[in-house]
Amino acid sequence: MTQREHSPALEAHALQCIRDDRTLFSELAFRLTPGEALVLEGRNGSGKTSLLRILCGIRLPDAGTVSWGGTDINKLGPDYHVDTAYVGHRDGIKLDLTPLENLAMARALGKPNNTTLEAALEKVDLHGFEDVLTRNLSAGQQRRLALARLLVTDTVLWILDEPFTSLDTDGIKSIEKLFEQHTRDGGMLAVTSHHAVNLANTRCQRINLSELAP
Amino acid sequence: MFNNFFHRMASPKHFYGLAGKLIPWLAVPCLLLTLAGLYYGLVKAPPDYQQGDSYRIMFIHVPAAWMSMFIYVVMAGAGAIGLIWRIKLAEVVAISSAPIGASFTFLALVTGSIWGKPMWGTWWVWDARLTSELILLFLYLGVIALHSAIDDKRTAARAVAILALVGVINIPIIHYSVEWWNTLHQGPTVTKFDKPSIHMSMLIPLLLMAVAFKLYYAFVVLMRARCEVLERECNSGWVQELAVKE
Amino acid sequence: MTSDSLTRAFALLLKRDLLLAMRHRAEMINPLLFFVLVTSLFPLGIGAEPALLRAVGPGVIWVAALLAALLSLEGIFRSDFEDGTLEQFLLSSHPVSVLVLAKVLAHWLITGLPLLLVSPLLGVLLGLPGDAIVILLVTLALGTPVLSLIGAIGVALTVGLRKGGMILSLLVLPLYIPLLIFAASAVDTAAAGFPVSAHLSLISALLVLALSLSPFATAAALRVSLS
Repeated sequence: MTQREHSPALEAHALQCIRDDRTLFSELAFRLTPGEALVLEGRNGSGKTSLLRILCGIRLPDAGTVSWGGTDINKLGPDYHVDTAYVGHRDGIKLDLTPLENLAMARALGKPNNTTLEAALEKVDLHGFEDVLTRNLSAGQQRRLALARLLVTDTVLWILDEPFTSLDTDGIKSIEKLFEQHTRDGGMLAVTSHHAVNLANTRCQRINLSELAP
Repeated sequence: MFNNFFHRMASPKHFYGLAGKLIPWLAVPCLLLTLAGLYYGLVKAPPDYQQGDSYRIMFIHVPAAWMSMFIYVVMAGAGAIGLIWRIKLAEVVAISSAPIGASFTFLALVTGSIWGKPMWGTWWVWDARLTSELILLFLYLGVIALHSAIDDKRTAARAVAILALVGVINIPIIHYSVEWWNTLHQGPTVTKFDKPSIHMSMLIPLLLMAVAFKLYYAFVVLMRARCEVLERECNSGWVQELAVKE
Repeated sequence: MTSDSLTRAFALLLKRDLLLAMRHRAEMINPLLFFVLVTSLFPLGIGAEPALLRAVGPGVIWVAALLAALLSLEGIFRSDFEDGTLEQFLLSSHPVSVLVLAKVLAHWLITGLPLLLVSPLLGVLLGLPGDAIVILLVTLALGTPVLSLIGAIGVALTVGLRKGGMILSLLVLPLYIPLLIFAASAVDTAAAGFPVSAHLSLISALLVLALSLSPFATAAALRVSLS
């Protein structure tokens, strides 16, 4: 993993999100620097997923901006996407491909790093399943494969929506270790989770969207 | 100062007030011009040597067809402005225009059909212009259907803007191909909707009706846009105040 | 991102879609069967008089091709939308329009090309002369990519909707009309023994226009649908 000392910071200014005529949050601001994790908390429906999608650039905010290194992410476009990876509610993998084929596609869509596809699968405990059709893996294994996507491209910011869904305790522990490694190397995380996110040696900013609701 | 003007125009609240004031100034001239146009067209203009009095439906058919095209272009333009510069008002104007444009298209189709009946004995004929208008109606209906299928208004406006732009690029192509198709399959009869060679006495009512229809579009789109603005901004302070006052 | 990695992404996405289609080989047959079935309905509906069939043949085959293409369009983005891979394309460091082009090319190879291969059979069923069948093949070769390209815009606009399939036809069929007019007319003219270079130039022009503009419209539509 590369060491990053001069990565840009992620900043949000006066973000507002409206869904179905309800203002979910308004005037939301934060600053995330390399090595930090942003943990979003709140009830279901408080806008956690919407905020993550705004941070990805998939969803446009109803007011305010998100900037990466000082520039609006919607103006940066691909220059922002090359530095980010997103694992949402849906896994983002094709059930009719093997794990290796899925990771090859994920790698081709971004900037490849030095980790081999097989090594990535090992890190998420999918060693031995390289050529099994993803359809035949368990839900937990499929989720781990989705998270393996994070390991094959060279990205700074990981944006994760409920990453621990379907994982058992051991699975959760090994994924948390991957997150800690990532922030230790200067990466950043923006995470939502029902499960308490505990990352050792990582500065965590916590935002509770239910408390922010107008 | 110009910048300030555009800023105020783009604000829904100011638009609501301004539009409300403008509507009577557009509606009254529209009514007057319509009456004048109908008078000149139905009473003063002489009967056509070929088509007799039945050609007079042209005074509604032709301006309606012009409006159907004009409104589509305005809709696509407003949609593009809303899409590129994210101006809410442009989005509102675009979607408010769609039903008006569809209605003019329908009017053109119906009057075109009425025009043809006395001469050719059938209610419908696959004439180049009528066929193009029919396809244009489908394009409008597609815009309206897509907009109503998407729940979030801002997303709906963006989707519809893309569709309208794709449509506007295709309209010249469709026109050309339908003209071409029509000349291929022309029966022994000449196309019936060739306008009678335009005489001044026929040109004046035509132009009067054309301007009247434009004014009609202007004040109706403002009316619809005001409703749309109220719906979109229903949670904002100024709308709540208005509701209390009424 | 270098153009080298872009080419690699394009090629891999194309290969991925073809691979996925091969793993569901049985489904590839459906649009084909539909094409043959719809065409066969016409003699049953309007009578089998050879002169009549020959006269309506070009139009009938092309309308059937349009409908078969429409039927298969949803497949371009629906599956990717449902498993979350579609939004990964939007988050890629590569231009979405290029990725869209790869998917549309794959779609055409899977659904358009087979129509081409079966069309001589349909030409024979409707009694078209040899020259007309050749031109039918040419128009389908030039035209089916246009169907995929323009159709992709419609699918991109409706992929997020619950009843997307119903609106899709309304959005896409009017846009198909110029192609239908030129293509059917080309085959007709060829059947009468006249040259068709004008028609083919017009269809080629539509293809070039669709190739250059539709990927951008599709990319923009995807961004809207996924927001």
